[in-house]
Amino acid sequence: MTLKPLEADKRMDVRDILEGLENYKSPVRPWHWREERDIEHKHGDFSYYEASKPLKQSVPLPGSRGFGYIDPQTDCVITTEIASGRFEDDVRRMRMAAWNGADHIMVIRTAGQSHIDSLLEGTTQGIGGIPVTRKQCRATRRALDLIEEEVGRPINFHSYVSGVAGPDIAVMFHEEGVSGVHQDPQYNVLYRNINMLRSFIDACESKAIIADGGMLQIDGAHNANATAMEAWKVMPELIVQHAINTAFSLGCGIKADNIALSTVPPTAPPAPCMRLDLPYAVALRDLFKDFKMRAQQNTKFMESETREATVTHTLNMVISRLTSVDVQSTITPDEGRNVPWHYFNINATNTARQALNGMDGMRQMVKIDREGPLGDRVRELKERAVLFLEEILHVGGYFEAVEQGFFVDNAEYPERKGDGIAREIEGGIGVNALYLRDDDYFAPVSVHYGNNNLPEGVKHATDVIGGDTFEDPSKVKFIDELDESDNVNVRLEEKKLYYDNTNIVRPEVEFMADGYIVVTLQLPCEKRYAEVAALEIGKRMNLSECEVIHSQVMHPCEGTYIEMKGKVDFDIDLNELEMPEVKENLSEKEIRDAIHAQGMTIVAGTIGEDEHSVGLKETLDIKHGGIEGFGIKYHYLGTSVPVEKLVDAAIETNADAILASTIISHNNIHYDNMRKLADVCVEKGVRDKLILVAGGTQVNSELAVEAGMDVGFGRGSKGIDVASFLVERRRQMQEEGILD
Amino acid sequence: MNKPEERVQLSQDFSERREHLKEMDDQELYDYFWELAGKVVEPMLEAGKVYTTPSVERSVLLRMGFNSIEAGAIVDGVISHNLLGKGAGHVVWRLSQKLDKSVLETGEALARGEYWDEVPGLFGEVAS
Repeated sequence: MTLKPLEADKRMDVRDILEGLENYKSPVRPWHWREERDIEHKHGDFSYYEASKPLKQSVPLPGSRGFGYIDPQTDCVITTEIASGRFEDDVRRMRMAAWNGADHIMVIRTAGQSHIDSLLEGTTQGIGGIPVTRKQCRATRRALDLIEEEVGRPINFHSYVSGVAGPDIAVMFHEEGVSGVHQDPQYNVLYRNINMLRSFIDACESKAIIADGGMLQIDGAHNANATAMEAWKVMPELIVQHAINTAFSLGCGIKADNIALSTVPPTAPPAPCMRLDLPYAVALRDLFKDFKMRAQQNTKFMESETREATVTHTLNMVISRLTSVDVQSTITPDEGRNVPWHYFNINATNTARQALNGMDGMRQMVKIDREGPLGDRVRELKERAVLFLEEILHVGGYFEAVEQGFFVDNAEYPERKGDGIAREIEGGIGVNALYLRDDDYFAPVSVHYGNNNLPEGVKHATDVIGGDTFEDPSKVKFIDELDESDNVNVRLEEKKLYYDNTNIVRPEVEFMADGYIVVTLQLPCEKRYAEVAALEIGKRMNLSECEVIHSQVMHPCEGTYIEMKGKVDFDIDLNELEMPEVKENLSEKEIRDAIHAQGMTIVAGTIGEDEHSVGLKETLDIKHGGIEGFGIKYHYLGTSVPVEKLVDAAIETNADAILASTIISHNNIHYDNMRKLADVCVEKGVRDKLILVAGGTQVNSELAVEAGMDVGFGRGSKGIDVASFLVERRRQMQEEGILD
Repeated sequence: MNKPEERVQLSQDFSERREHLKEMDDQELYDYFWELAGKVVEPMLEAGKVYTTPSVERSVLLRMGFNSIEAGAIVDGVISHNLLGKGAGHVVWRLSQKLDKSVLETGEALARGEYWDEVPGLFGEVAS
């Protein structure tokens, strides 16, 4: 069954995705790189040299308003990591992320899945991720089909081939259209304590399947950085871990083009991170020039402040742009405080889009200087990594090295602290599960690693079964649900009100209508009191389950900044809201005809002690679609114009209207200035004959009218809005006999 | 490779250890780096060829058209009959020939616990 395409103004209904899911079949989906990366792209007035094919539909960056809402797409793939624990909510977040420029959707697995010696099935709820099952993958891929059609760019769906069921998962991913995977047996060994030999043997089969599916493989070396206490010392080891998985993957048949390093700048401010991390990035790109770079963000030093995480992310991207990046990762800036929320995924994606757009083509002007300290350090790191590999061989090989605690040691190799993670060769989960293949071992599959002895007379391994699922996808067996009480249908039933009635809304950050809001506040007291006081404030605001998610000292006693989450328990019915009337503008032709028939002159300026001019100039200027384009004549008096001067100029030029811009809004000074303008007009006896228009980012029309204006224009208003109002207002004044 | 008792502890001093690398140019160092990496992973690549595991065998059964529950049950049975070294898919296929049933039918029956008494003997003496 083919689903109807998504419509931009309609929410995706996951019930449609689930309908007939057992019969949906994704084709094999090899990794997709962005298109048109090697050509110059034009957007507005600018050229882009590190960009790719634009999207069909997107939400441009907020700052694009000043540039005609251009939305250049970077050359590299942009990742977002999504997993709330409920895939039915995740798919809507994926849609939002895709509209903001993400085309690599990484799905985090629920805690503990790597120790389960089987595929999981169904749609049970996860913790810190989803249980990655066939049904979840299939439903997600089906949703992504619709989303990629909507934005006009293929989306890479990604998850993890690790744990003791690696080959099982690799097969399922191949069958369900997954395009990217994490696969690194070292991860199992060091962080999941899965038996070493088992990990590598399983990985051989997994990697052979990954290779056949054309998936992009990302390694797990960045975890050493996240785990080591003194992360700035593990650079030689990180290089070694990358080398081991890379060489091993090549041996299993993955093409160099599909092998990506998960590389992370090891440090973060206040360490002088650029000076420390840049040589490492260069060394890595020298040694791994044939492979892809997945630039991961440093999370090791991430606390609960989203601003700080965003700055680190941005600095990491300076390294990406100074060196190279194929896949830019985006860790959500709230990862240090909770399971990521909807809008933080979007924030992180936009941090990447913004920073990478901003640094487009930088290397035309700025180059890495290898003469001097950087070159010396690059060489030193490479030598240290080489020495590390030498010692692995010296002690008898990788397994012995792990047993002796070589890895995640907090000294800079060859120095050793002796605090590395040690694992026993004969230990770990899944030990004693190795079986020597007999001389007549046989596996009737089309893709297999290692010895496979075809029985006599058999030409291709799968002849005996008439083709395997890779050759005949109709053979794939689908398990729907195994748990009657914990599955998506039960959850959808609980949220039926919101699925059936899209007019009924409640705030949400993670799950449909979860009710979470965040209150930001500052209290003039020490942090310990501020945190408790904040909870009391939350209680009095009738919020439930309040929790301080970030608190920060502004001064030991003068102020503590708090971000607190809490839940509301009410719904809003959009149909019952009293909506302000949306004014329809006159058509451009009607406006031009009216001005042609009777000319119009206005005076304009920014009033108060206010030096902002951009918004007003855009409203006036013909080039930006301003009122000049409709034939309206204007006299622009500049910024910080006294209101008397504005009124005098209007009288002198016999103007029809005054356009007053007011950006600064502290203490509502903008409304005070409007009132003053109206008063001066009254004093000078011209209020009746002049149209008074106020504009500015913080202007609300109703409040502007209360302050004596005829109208107010807020953020996002355009020239045509103003021109249309002026023509209509003049017409009205003429009808009322105020004007001739 | 050195035997453990013959192994000398390598120095932790970088300037001492790097002596033999000093004169290499960048290309030589690069080649040496990949030569060493290749040597480190060689034993694992070899082990992968001659060993199998329950998950490798489940992955074979999945691709033969069994679901995860069936694949798990069949592999458990094959292990308890000491036949994983033959390949779990191999066992299913051989049995299907013996029973003159389809591979799918045979595997589904095994997953339900049926026909296991027919399994010993499928591979002659090895299975006894």
